[in-house]
Amino acid sequence: MIWNTLTRWYHQLGSPRYFYRFSDIVLPWLWPLALLITATGLVWGLAFAPEDYQQGNSYRIIFIHVPAASGALLGYVAMGVAGLVNLVWRMKMAEVMIKAIAPFGAVLAAIALITGAIWGKPTWGTWWEWDARLTSMLILFFLYLGVMALINAIPDPRQAGRAAGLLALVGVINVVIVKYSVEWWHSLHQGSTLKLVGKTSMPPEMLTPLLVSMLGIYLLFAVSVLWRARAELLWRERKSGWVKELH
Amino acid sequence: MSFSATLSRELLLAWRRPAEIINPLFFFVMVVALFPLGVSPRPELLATLAPGVVWVAALLAVLLSVDGLFRADHECGALEQLLTAPQSLYIPVLAKLVAHWILTGLPLVLMAPLLGYMLHLSEPAIAVLFVAVLLGTPTLIALGAIGAALTVSLRSGGILLSLLVLPLYVPVLVFGAGVVTYAANGLPVSGVLALLAAMMLASLVLAPAAVAAGLRISSGN
Repeated sequence: MIWNTLTRWYHQLGSPRYFYRFSDIVLPWLWPLALLITATGLVWGLAFAPEDYQQGNSYRIIFIHVPAASGALLGYVAMGVAGLVNLVWRMKMAEVMIKAIAPFGAVLAAIALITGAIWGKPTWGTWWEWDARLTSMLILFFLYLGVMALINAIPDPRQAGRAAGLLALVGVINVVIVKYSVEWWHSLHQGSTLKLVGKTSMPPEMLTPLLVSMLGIYLLFAVSVLWRARAELLWRERKSGWVKELH
Repeated sequence: MSFSATLSRELLLAWRRPAEIINPLFFFVMVVALFPLGVSPRPELLATLAPGVVWVAALLAVLLSVDGLFRADHECGALEQLLTAPQSLYIPVLAKLVAHWILTGLPLVLMAPLLGYMLHLSEPAIAVLFVAVLLGTPTLIALGAIGAALTVSLRSGGILLSLLVLPLYVPVLVFGAGVVTYAANGLPVSGVLALLAAMMLASLVLAPAAVAAGLRISSGN
């Protein structure tokens, strides 16, 4: 019963017209919420969370660095999933989503790299270090650039979307191998602070604002992607009836 | 049936235009020869750089050669025929990859020990370099073919292909060059070689499917 509703909803979302209506309902309250949560997390983390006993105040960049890095990774996985969906069902919406996700994901990866460099200066004494995590984030950034370059190079938007989806899917499989290969290669980065399984090595006064800012960045990411997808959708469907009825 | 037919066709076509087999090999040798000129001819320094230099040169040589993997077939229409055939595209694509490895990968593999020697690698390291390039080049070709399939119909193929494929080459480079450094320092190498072999097998099994999907996307059906 629930399953049927879910599959129906899933296939309806694949229809541009339905998706547009859905985003009409969701966006007006989602974007203020995303801004509010991000602002809460950042202000809490940057101003009110306790100081680190080793790194002092410089650790506070974690409240931007970690959300951006995990958002970039999540965005790439989402592109891969959309690529798979597109290979299986050939949904127009999946193509639009890939195109919408790529630039924001690349920006998040760039933010993670820049904040990583800024954080690296006081703690490791260098702006750039060929450390495993920094390097794999750099490669993730390159993977995003590849997807964007492919989309730009193919004139037909549907073909571009499908090609980018396949590339993202291959990239997702590769990202896992890249991560382990680079970790084996050279690591200086501190171990994962957040773990899905097991105990995190962070006190709750720091962990809670971090989780809040992560949620906020994810939501901001989702809002930006929805917005971009809407614009892309209007352009692609400009000749169809439902777009003309909009005004 | 379709495997051997495609394989013999590819080999025959290449046999009639041998320059295309030689060119990647020359490229490989020239790039490696530039490093002592650009860096320093000091043997101990060259020996440290050698694994990475040989691997990066091999990787670029494969990348440049793989760009033309489907282009001729696309332009003359043979690819369309292959796409409309009732058989699965998987087997002919695999045959093309194998043929391409025999034509461009194998010469690189055979040349790698000589270049290793010229860069003053120790003997055990040269042996490991040979095995590593032998195991790594099929992976490079298989991954490059995915990019080649996606860019086959585009005019600006070459540089776009590198943007798409180079990030995917990172694991092969890391393990391939890493294992040679291990050998040079007298550390055990079998584990990393096994990883390279695993990546080769996985990419040979999975990549033809992705290449087939890419070719279908590029030809617009």
